[in-house]
Amino acid sequence: MTSPTHSAGRARWQLIDVGALVTVQDRGRPGLAHLGVPLAGWLDPAAATLANRLVGNPGAAAVLEVAGGGLRLLHHGAGRWVAVAGAVCDVVVDGAARDHGRPVWVPSGAELRLGPALTGVRTYLAVAGGVDVPSVLGSRSTDTLAWVGPPRVESGAVLALGSTYGVPAPVDVAVPARTGPLGITPGPRADWFEDGSFERLCDGEYAVTAASNRVGLRLEGPRLARRRHEELPSEGMVLGAVQVPPDGLPVVFLADHPTTGGYPVIAVVDLADLGQCAQLRPGDPVRFTRLRNV
Amino acid sequence: MKTDRMEVHEVGRDAVLVEVRDVDEALSLAAHARAARPAREVVTGARTVLFDGVVDRAVLSAVLDGWTPGAAAVAGPLVELPTTYDGADLSAVAEAWGTDTAEVVRRHQDIEFVAAFCGFAPGFAYLTGLPDDLAVPRRVTPRTTVPAGSVALAGRWCGVYPSASPGGWQLIGRTGASLWDVTRRQPALLGPGTRVRFVAT
Repeated sequence: MTSPTHSAGRARWQLIDVGALVTVQDRGRPGLAHLGVPLAGWLDPAAATLANRLVGNPGAAAVLEVAGGGLRLLHHGAGRWVAVAGAVCDVVVDGAARDHGRPVWVPSGAELRLGPALTGVRTYLAVAGGVDVPSVLGSRSTDTLAWVGPPRVESGAVLALGSTYGVPAPVDVAVPARTGPLGITPGPRADWFEDGSFERLCDGEYAVTAASNRVGLRLEGPRLARRRHEELPSEGMVLGAVQVPPDGLPVVFLADHPTTGGYPVIAVVDLADLGQCAQLRPGDPVRFTRLRNV
Repeated sequence: MKTDRMEVHEVGRDAVLVEVRDVDEALSLAAHARAARPAREVVTGARTVLFDGVVDRAVLSAVLDGWTPGAAAVAGPLVELPTTYDGADLSAVAEAWGTDTAEVVRRHQDIEFVAAFCGFAPGFAYLTGLPDDLAVPRRVTPRTTVPAGSVALAGRWCGVYPSASPGGWQLIGRTGASLWDVTRRQPALLGPGTRVRFVAT
């Protein structure tokens, strides 16, 4: 671990342009669901933790999650290593193209620009020392459902950077997200749907809709009809729950999902496949497959 | 797994939803289970307890086996909420209850509520205790903004909005108590199991 001297003041980022949604994310807030606090945290853990490893951060350091639109920032203070992982985009430091998925040196006073995502949705930007916004209930993550944690990052924001980090790892790779069908098991309320609904979900061709966000992956495709029509008393919801609201179209719950809900859960997506969900774009096809032996 | 006491549903690889008879049993099971920490999250619902992030199936089984339904009433801490009964829907509730507003205030204060579970927003507790015959419908058109501290009813539930938000519950009053504060050791004033009394000011 090194603590660099701060010849140009404390290291910080000044956000010049922020495209779509940019948030600070770490591992989130486990253990508070009973108080109605969503888990939050990075949507694509493999990509976010790769970016942290590349710059020599411990696993829990906060990163920026950049959804879709890119960003432009000025780096103040002593130079730092950064790394970009997840959705592929242009990485430009003071006008010069740099690598995605490698440590990148950003000198004092430099401009760092991430272009819009070329593939996928969410790009992760890690910096040695991490993004040092105040921790709320044990996490620096922004939760976009209840807005626990720091506000979303907007143009003009100034973000302090942490000062403790290790040595960058020049070569590392993410365990590639599993592609292909999302593995599911029957949910606790699969029997609230007409016979064959789980199979219908597995056989159906769905597509991601533009209403998808950090709360849920919203799908269009074959509608799932209820057998039981009474109101489901509110019950706890898990990450990956496939909840079916009255319109019959499934929603896969992601990190900012409500902790309780009153619509029945027909299936649960395996945690290993949720990183894939983080990178699906509106219009992308989605298939489900039944997981055996879990 | 189904027994005469509870129904156990698998929820993915590492969560289990246990269905019991009612909200009192859910609170009792959750209170019994929390000490043993069988899972990362223990989330009560209206008649369920979700164990999410189950650490050890054997520990959870022992917890479930060791619980006796209805054995011990949950006696959580008691919180009194000073309340001004001037809600915009107070008359509508009086009409639904077939009485006048003064009687609504009296009956509401007489009830000892219990926080069953949180949802909708951090620190928003679903308070149980309203008898069946005092259930009220949600508003047909939800309000776009309900002020923080609003005391409200919907169905058999009572709730207090921790922060300003849209809402469809019937507003009967307001309290100045701080329901949610992330700088407190216990950020939610009304965590599950907390007993609640409203006191007119």
